[in-house]
Amino acid sequence: MPRYQLVVNGSPRTVESWDGDMPLLYALRNGLGLRAVKYGCGLGQCGTCTVLIDGAPARSCLVTVSDAVGKQITTAEGLGTPAKPHPVQAAFIAEQAAQCGYCTNGMVMSAVALLKGNAQPTREQTQAALAGNLCRCGSHDRVLKAVQRAAASSKAA
Amino acid sequence: MDTLALAQPVLARRDLLRAGALVVGFSWAGLPVARAQTAGPTRRTLALTEVDSFLALRQDGTVVIYSGKVDLGTGHRIAMRQMVGEELSLPVRRIELVEGDSALTPNQGPTAGSSGVMRGGIELRRAAATLHEAVLALAAQRLARPLASLTLADGVVTSADGGSVSVAELVGDRPLQVKMNPAAPLKSPSQYRLVGQPLPRPDIPDKVTGRHVFVHDFTLPGMLHGRVVRPPAVGARVLAVDNASVASLPGVRVIQIQDFVAVLSPDEWAAIRAARELQVRWSESAPLVTHQGVVDWARRGPFLAEETIVNKGDAARLAALPNAPDKIAATYSWPIQSHASMGPSCAVADVKAGSATVWTASQASHRLVNSCAALLQLPREQVRLIYLDGAGCYGMNGSDDASAEAAMLSQAVGQPVRVQWSREEELGWDPKGPPQLLALRATLTPEGRIDAWETQMWLPRATANLEWIPLLSPLAAGLAQPVGQTIGLATQNGDPSYPANAVKVHVHWLGAAPLRPSNIRAPGKVANCFAVESFVDELASQAGADPIAFRLRDLANPRGREVIERLARLMPWSPRPSPRSAAPQRLASGRGMAYVHYKHNETFVAIGMEVEVDRGSGEIRVQRVACVHDCGLMINPDTVRAQVEGNILQTLSRTLLEETTFDASRVTSVDWASYPLLRFPDVPSLDIELVQRVNEPPLGAGEAASSPVPAALANAVFDATGVRLRSVPFTRERVRPLMA
Repeated sequence: MPRYQLVVNGSPRTVESWDGDMPLLYALRNGLGLRAVKYGCGLGQCGTCTVLIDGAPARSCLVTVSDAVGKQITTAEGLGTPAKPHPVQAAFIAEQAAQCGYCTNGMVMSAVALLKGNAQPTREQTQAALAGNLCRCGSHDRVLKAVQRAAASSKAA
Repeated sequence: MDTLALAQPVLARRDLLRAGALVVGFSWAGLPVARAQTAGPTRRTLALTEVDSFLALRQDGTVVIYSGKVDLGTGHRIAMRQMVGEELSLPVRRIELVEGDSALTPNQGPTAGSSGVMRGGIELRRAAATLHEAVLALAAQRLARPLASLTLADGVVTSADGGSVSVAELVGDRPLQVKMNPAAPLKSPSQYRLVGQPLPRPDIPDKVTGRHVFVHDFTLPGMLHGRVVRPPAVGARVLAVDNASVASLPGVRVIQIQDFVAVLSPDEWAAIRAARELQVRWSESAPLVTHQGVVDWARRGPFLAEETIVNKGDAARLAALPNAPDKIAATYSWPIQSHASMGPSCAVADVKAGSATVWTASQASHRLVNSCAALLQLPREQVRLIYLDGAGCYGMNGSDDASAEAAMLSQAVGQPVRVQWSREEELGWDPKGPPQLLALRATLTPEGRIDAWETQMWLPRATANLEWIPLLSPLAAGLAQPVGQTIGLATQNGDPSYPANAVKVHVHWLGAAPLRPSNIRAPGKVANCFAVESFVDELASQAGADPIAFRLRDLANPRGREVIERLARLMPWSPRPSPRSAAPQRLASGRGMAYVHYKHNETFVAIGMEVEVDRGSGEIRVQRVACVHDCGLMINPDTVRAQVEGNILQTLSRTLLEETTFDASRVTSVDWASYPLLRFPDVPSLDIELVQRVNEPPLGAGEAASSPVPAALANAVFDATGVRLRSVPFTRERVRPLMA
């Protein structure tokens, strides 16, 4: 079976697939067991499957595994752990910014990407940056507060 | 933490190990893998009259809660620990939780109707109080000390004179065999250490770092990925299936049972491709009334029953109402809506000869056992359903269907099967919140009191919350599914929360719904409150009264008055009639409010909104939402606040944007472009005041704050523009012509 060389969370990884057009989502979830990445629509409309590819947010349901070869891919698992969370994850925990938590992965990844380019976004800028991430439970207000908190913590650091 | 909590209490209990139990381990890839899972009877008691059904003590002094109700993203996991920990004076970190496992937890009913804490939690608190009482009695014997001199804290009973014995020494890990005592003394509010504290939820760190195991993430060795091939039209029959059309895809099998068609493969992507590419010829079918035809359909019937559910006060005034010259009348409609879960439904099943285990996100795992047992033709006690988190459901979404499909396919192939729905399936085929149509008329006394009030409802009977529910694939496969109907409590709050001289509520019961119906958050009451609280505003406007003054004029309930009065301060609200008098401009701003006493006997909510309406485009921008919320004793004020936030934002989305569209054959709103949700840029600022009442019983927070949202919004739009919106959703396309 064809093999694809990826760089995931800083380590070289190999996944096999019979179809190079398989979305990266399934390579990460089933091939590598990185289940933070969630299937939401398969259409690039909801953001739950967001990962960082070379630092930029990308919908892993739309990127094919062959197009991901050689790219630096970051998932929520690669950011931090419950014991040692990434500052954005720590801010989400502090604000209790999740209800069911299914869409949370995408929010975290989009927020990390936003703060990389804009360390002190306004609420409006954060709202615009998260416009492609849907949430059904209504956790939005806490997510916005979590991003503000993460920005403030990086300022203090 | 909660992933492991699933396994540990099971491991600790010898009786369960003997019966066979789920053990969650970690495979090479870090995926949770279940081993040695079996169904079958356990020796655990599950009777609601036994403390052992709800709680187990362990040798290390920790306690395991067995909860029939589950955490749907609502904070149940921390609230249950707080309620039990409070009575036992035990820190929450020393309490584990098993939830929604039909073999291990008592059947406390579905997690629905905002009843998690109000009923499920109260049962657990009673069990803990009884356990506390029983442990003290054992300690009094062991220590030979008077009962009144003993206190229990952190797993140790101590007497006033310094004697002590641990709970582990007293009870060990054997069953307590004590009956639930409804009179067991409860902690007094002045002693609360855990209840009332905003403790953090145990599942959030794992959810934020991607470690939490949703049902979507659960795998079994040898598991196949299943996809159901849906018909292109509701009611279409299979004419022919061309298996050769997917023969080139790796490992694919096609299963057909009458009109149920599915594909399976060890490779998920191959199963997805096969479901898309399998050539099936279907019969033509066009049985639906279309979404544009729903209101006519409701008016036309046929009707199953006519029922007057409220009829009080002066009958003569009601009789005079239809011909009263000064009566006010208005009709309101609510569309069919999807639960629109972010994660399409998923389930995993392992059906062996004679037994079955299904991992499910159903909010009613105890009830779904019956459905699965029937379609698998297995005895109920040989079927076990184990709850794992799904995406938030807010009612019966596709989870029960996916669970049945996984079970059917696992039985068909003799291997574990995971069924995952697509986005198109979830929005197209989840059972829908039914349409509602309400016609209201009323008269006022010269003083501005409501004189006669009549609500007529056109409402489909529900099929949710029944022992037997019509699931898609068992129907397609011709499997027996007795189907019943229930009122689903969808008529509540059809009458105003304010006194009137005469009130009547009449229901025209429709026997079917245009699309398969189920319960959706605050069932019926969102539309009812939309109509009732909009109409109250119409009456206030007719009377030339300020909307809050009009409501407070005759409202007697002090807790109801308090949430409204506090809302007026929070806004702040300057008294004047609506609409506001302003020079007509393209951008109009206004304010509105609505109030509900949920089900007339639960939570009190007042919601106010500030909006801006673009008369040119028809766009409504909600700038601020204020809410005062009284649900009695709050076990955890932060999880209550999260529920209130979610109720407000989700219902804004439903009111502004959401309608399931369908033609004569199929649902056409099947992605996030055709079924849009509220997005981050449209999220208003939220000001929420929670009333804590430690001496009152806890009431629900999962639903109540949904119901006043649409009317508060419609009342604010009226205040801004003088235009009354009576039909949801308030899309630009629908609002623009009304503003012209």
